[in-house]
Amino acid sequence: MIDDLYQETILDHSKRPRNHHPMDDANRKAEGYNPLCGDKLKLYLKMDGDIVQDASFEGAGCAISTASASLMTESLKGKTREEALKLLDKFHELLTTDTPASRDLGKLVVFCGVREYPARVKCATLAWHTLKSALDNVTEPVTTE
Amino acid sequence: MSALSSVVSRGFDVEKVREDFPVLQQKIHGKPLVYLDNAATAQKPFAVIDAIRKFHEVDCANIHRGVHELSQRSTASYEETRVKAKRFLNARSKTEIIFVRGATEGINLVASSWGRKNVKEGDEIIISALEHHSNIVPWQMLCEEKNAKLRVIPMNDRGELIIEEYEKLLGPRTRMVAVGHISNALGTINPVRQIIEMAHRAGALTLIDGAQAAPHTKIDVQALDSDFYTFSGHKVFGPTGIGVLHGKKKLLEAMPPYQGGGDMIRTVTFEKTTYNELPYKFEAGTPNIAGGIGMGAALDYVTKLGLDHIAAYEHELLVYGTKALSEIPGLRIIGTAREKAAVISFVIEGIHPHDIGTLLDRQGIAVRTGHHCAQPVMDWFHIPATTRASFAFYNTIAEIDALVAGLHSVKEVFG
Repeated sequence: MIDDLYQETILDHSKRPRNHHPMDDANRKAEGYNPLCGDKLKLYLKMDGDIVQDASFEGAGCAISTASASLMTESLKGKTREEALKLLDKFHELLTTDTPASRDLGKLVVFCGVREYPARVKCATLAWHTLKSALDNVTEPVTTE
Repeated sequence: MSALSSVVSRGFDVEKVREDFPVLQQKIHGKPLVYLDNAATAQKPFAVIDAIRKFHEVDCANIHRGVHELSQRSTASYEETRVKAKRFLNARSKTEIIFVRGATEGINLVASSWGRKNVKEGDEIIISALEHHSNIVPWQMLCEEKNAKLRVIPMNDRGELIIEEYEKLLGPRTRMVAVGHISNALGTINPVRQIIEMAHRAGALTLIDGAQAAPHTKIDVQALDSDFYTFSGHKVFGPTGIGVLHGKKKLLEAMPPYQGGGDMIRTVTFEKTTYNELPYKFEAGTPNIAGGIGMGAALDYVTKLGLDHIAAYEHELLVYGTKALSEIPGLRIIGTAREKAAVISFVIEGIHPHDIGTLLDRQGIAVRTGHHCAQPVMDWFHIPATTRASFAFYNTIAEIDALVAGLHSVKEVFG
């Protein structure tokens, strides 16, 4: 039973999340929390000047939030801060509006099904909220609320 | 139906009862609705829907003091619910029945009105590890304001309160013991009679949060000897926004009003206001009249079905469901109290409750996932959340079978 929400790529990344480990030499860290379900996530970035050289995360959540963090960390590598923030906007647009998915999203389009499940949008955006605070160098944990 | 269903007695005609609930006659995502979220809110029978409709169509007017026909009719049906609630709880007098928005407001009323007057610095309030946030936060706020101490009765691995530890918490500074009758997150039925007796021996008062008990068990506030008892209308098949706080008359009389406004006064001048008698002293402003009338119809409905029959049938659902769910590999039931209402909270190894909830919904099965407004309970079991199936008398063995089949298919997706 594969449905429009739990697409193959999402299931794959939730079962075998990529970049799912702490990072000792990270120079940006941020924590995210979704009070609705109790999910917690820690994001690590290694920035070289303005460029995200490496990204990883820790934490256990639902399939949607884990896959989202996994795919996000994959797609961040090599992007500038500005490009990363632009991707965040496009991702948010994908989840909350009816506009056709932007090509820049690449693999992330698999999350288009989430817009049919308003209760799950926060699961998909937890990693991205955390990314925003990592890029802004916010040290207080960010919540999805 | 599976072979096990033969153990279920035929004494309760569930198919006939289901016909009274229009909401159950629908399909969700192409599958028959299986509603297993009754601990959050219960569905409403035609009797309730019709009573509310009739009020709005025929009798609508504000209550009390109206001399015209409609006002007299609406006052009469609203006040009739007070009599029904008195009977439902076996209260001594209908003046002990205060209408509130729900159990949450009932608890807030006591914490605010009784608490502010009676709790002093260094005093202690006892709650339990099983409480819903609504029976934690109002007391926490009171303790913060008064510099009083909040103490918590711990529980064991089954999710049962440890009475020996409770005994140790009781002392000369204990002013109030506030516990739930039945836990919403785990289904544990607390030995409230014993808890009340022990509190009284220590000279403390008691408040019982009956939100989960009212739809499932017979309540007798005189036999319990509870000082305050509260429940919500919507969990007992009535509408939302209405509930009952029962309090012993002498306590209510000594308490200051909760909110000021119309209806709760006797005389008002700019110099001085005198307050109305019980129960109106605590009922400021135009109340939820339609809700009150609807709740009256709901209490009639469950009384007619008989809470003893309801409890017996639901126990069969619990026994069947517990066995059927336990047989699913990797599934662990959270909360295995020996005295338990028909609530099954569980986790499945490697699958997050939110994913379970969404995938079950695609099959028409409504369960609740999350912390169930009982975060301390989740923390105690070291889990962020559970999936909770909570039953009512209109649920069936076939629906439990559908839940089990649904969970197997969830496991396939994540296998």
